Amino acid sequence: MSGELLRVSNLGKRFGGFVALDRVSLSVRAGERLGLIGPNGSGKTTLINCISGALYNDSGEIHFDGREVTRLPPFLRARAGIARSFQIPKPFRSMTVLENLQVPLEYAAHGRAGRRRSADEALEVLETIGLRERAHEDSARLTQVDMRKLELARAMAAKPRLLISDEAMAGLSSTEVDEVLGILRRLNEAGITIIMIEHIMHAVMRFSERVICLVAGQIICEGTPESIVQDAGVQRAYLGE
Amino acid sequence: MKSAAFWGSLLALLAAGLALTEAFENEYYFNALYLILQGTLMAVAWNVLGGFTGYVNFGSAGFFAMGAYTTVALNKAFGLPLPLLILAGGAVGGLVGLGLGYLTLRLKGVYFAIATLAMAIVIETLVNNWSYVGGAKGSYLLTPEEYLWFKSYIQMLFIVMLLLTLAAVAVSRMLSASRLGRGLAAIRDDEVAAECSGVPTLRLKLISTTVMGAMMGVAGAPFPFFVTFVDPVSAFNLFIAVNAIAMPMIGGTSHWIGPVIGALLVGSTQEVVKVTVSSELNVLIVGVMLVVFITLAPQGIVGLARKYWRARPS
Amino acid sequence: MLSADLLANAVVAGILLGGFYAAVALGLAIVFGQLDIVNIAHPAFVIVGSYIAYILNSRFGFDPVLIGFAAAPVFFFVGALIYRVYFLAFERTGQESLSGLAFFFGVMFIIEVSLILVYGVDYRLVQAEYIGQTWSIGFVDLPLRMLVPFAMSVALTAGIYLYLSRTFMGRAIQAVAQDRLALQLMGANPVRVKQWAFGLGVATAAIAGAMLIIIGPVEPSVGRLYIGRAFAIVVLGGMGSIQGMFIAALILGVVESMVSTFVGPSWSPAVAFGVLALTLALRPAGLFGR
Repeated sequence: MSGELLRVSNLGKRFGGFVALDRVSLSVRAGERLGLIGPNGSGKTTLINCISGALYNDSGEIHFDGREVTRLPPFLRARAGIARSFQIPKPFRSMTVLENLQVPLEYAAHGRAGRRRSADEALEVLETIGLRERAHEDSARLTQVDMRKLELARAMAAKPRLLISDEAMAGLSSTEVDEVLGILRRLNEAGITIIMIEHIMHAVMRFSERVICLVAGQIICEGTPESIVQDAGVQRAYLGE
Repeated sequence: MKSAAFWGSLLALLAAGLALTEAFENEYYFNALYLILQGTLMAVAWNVLGGFTGYVNFGSAGFFAMGAYTTVALNKAFGLPLPLLILAGGAVGGLVGLGLGYLTLRLKGVYFAIATLAMAIVIETLVNNWSYVGGAKGSYLLTPEEYLWFKSYIQMLFIVMLLLTLAAVAVSRMLSASRLGRGLAAIRDDEVAAECSGVPTLRLKLISTTVMGAMMGVAGAPFPFFVTFVDPVSAFNLFIAVNAIAMPMIGGTSHWIGPVIGALLVGSTQEVVKVTVSSELNVLIVGVMLVVFITLAPQGIVGLARKYWRARPS
Repeated sequence: MLSADLLANAVVAGILLGGFYAAVALGLAIVFGQLDIVNIAHPAFVIVGSYIAYILNSRFGFDPVLIGFAAAPVFFFVGALIYRVYFLAFERTGQESLSGLAFFFGVMFIIEVSLILVYGVDYRLVQAEYIGQTWSIGFVDLPLRMLVPFAMSVALTAGIYLYLSRTFMGRAIQAVAQDRLALQLMGANPVRVKQWAFGLGVATAAIAGAMLIIIGPVEPSVGRLYIGRAFAIVVLGGMGSIQGMFIAALILGVVESMVSTFVGPSWSPAVAFGVLALTLALRPAGLFGR
């Protein structure tokens, strides 16, 4: 299944006088594994917020699956198939781990996935991410690591066509990083397009087919992992002059 | 609480209420019970929005008074029977809740809260200037002659309020355990994350305000027959608004049973103080209880109970 | 039916009234506009200020304005104390929104009911030489009971404005809501700063209360009428702008005065909320908001 799934054209976003995104354009093929890198504060999360609808961009357009979604409210984008995890986990604290997953299952995935009991489906998702034993625990009392897994699980539970993971692997041990990479690979093999924002370079390079580098709200480089690593602009951004 | 146990308890409570009407004649007790039930209904209604979504309503008295004044107006115009008046009160309350929500729920929670206060004051101003229902001077209602098989009108009102309150508790419980309830809780916990998980936050918040408004309108509809004299000061009373907030917050907003516990605790304390100490001091007590409880136990009695259960060695 | 002198007097009365409204809204502009704390009980503190002016004026005959300024330090400490409680109970645990609102609502209720219990619902007033005198310029009347509070209010607003923009603590207050971390790096303790600011806000209530009872008789539920006015003014003026707040207060005063004169006084409580609703619908950032 090929063809363009997401197209972002000339996206601009400012906060007061600060330009967070400056005419950003990118295109993601269906089924692609795209990595998004860049130093802190470069606008990666702002870009994700605009794509998912948590923020509205000031200029430019967003097209998803052939439709323009630029002004569509976030919940409709979620139902259309865009899911994202949050860089700082935002669990539904009054609910158990299981209930946290029922929400996206019942709301975002509803209609596209059929009407099986959401609790069972939620357990299946928890199984794949290794949180099944914690299903009935309060989400507020999870460890940091488990909370990050929950974030990812929640995005998965929305049964998305595009899943954006925002630094899901920060603070994980290398075995856990491999675990998460494995999960994301399997999702991708099942047909889900994945955009990965990460600082853990070796993870992004191993996982991505294509990498985009964002610095100060602008895309400075785009290409295969190998070519990105060699790019002078990227090196300057990460290592300094 | 399992379904069977729940519905069984409701039926038992109804039966107990009916038994009381057979056993006692003293109108004072039914007066007191009516007020406690009214407070419970208002508390449950408030929690449908406040506890489930986290949006605070300061104008509960406005919705309540609208139910009361709908009764006054319709009764004067058409002399409708009580059940229809209750439905009308609920409809009016629901519509106002919907309208208010539509205008303000896109804004931050703070502005919604102030808007509810605004709504109450604006409506009070309108009623003050509406001579058909008596304006600022108020309106008298005659106690109807019809009270079915009961020994007095107040007994019938008591059973009516009991039925309404039990129904509201059932609705509240149904809401909390449903897909809708999970969506509302998600909004309360993290509105942005909820929206990104596909929850239509505006739509659900509107449903909440409408249900809350309708329930409060229903609570106010029989009020004119209970007091026989209605004026804006009594109907729009700040006391009603504070009770509606204090009871759920003291009981605990995160569970449907919280407002019931809070209402029973606060309501009965008030009735006792009214009789033993003074009726003015009783009004002060709810304010003090509210401040003390939310400062020391923000999750309410339900929260304290949860902590206790968690701390017990298993 | 629009006679020139009726219109002129309505506008002038509105300006004088609006100036006074600014004094009431000033405390809220500090606490809500700068710190984002929704102190819905602020008008209740103003009423307490009125009653203190009444008590000391009727007992000892002191001038109400002097009483207001004398009571301000006491109110400052009470305000700081209340902020402590608020901080420990709510801000620290992140519960501000729901519980914080309910907390101040409860405080407002307690204040109002306590006043009713002690003083009843009768109207109270103060005596001073200038109350009852009126200066006239042509056909425009300037009652001194309105002019004196107006002048005081201008002075108070100017004073607070200068304090916030010229002193270290004042600038810290402006900064604390915007950037806690930067403030900490500058060596100021955010909690202390907020406590100071909250105390300042409540202190202005002492003075505003004295002014209120100069303008007219006061009874406990009068405070509630000012909730709408104060919030409407702060929102219309724009969060964080003292000058904006003052202009918004004048606008509100004039609109209310016109409505009262040409439509009817029983409609004036609704004006403030109408203004608030319009502002939120059309330009939520207000006139000068950040």
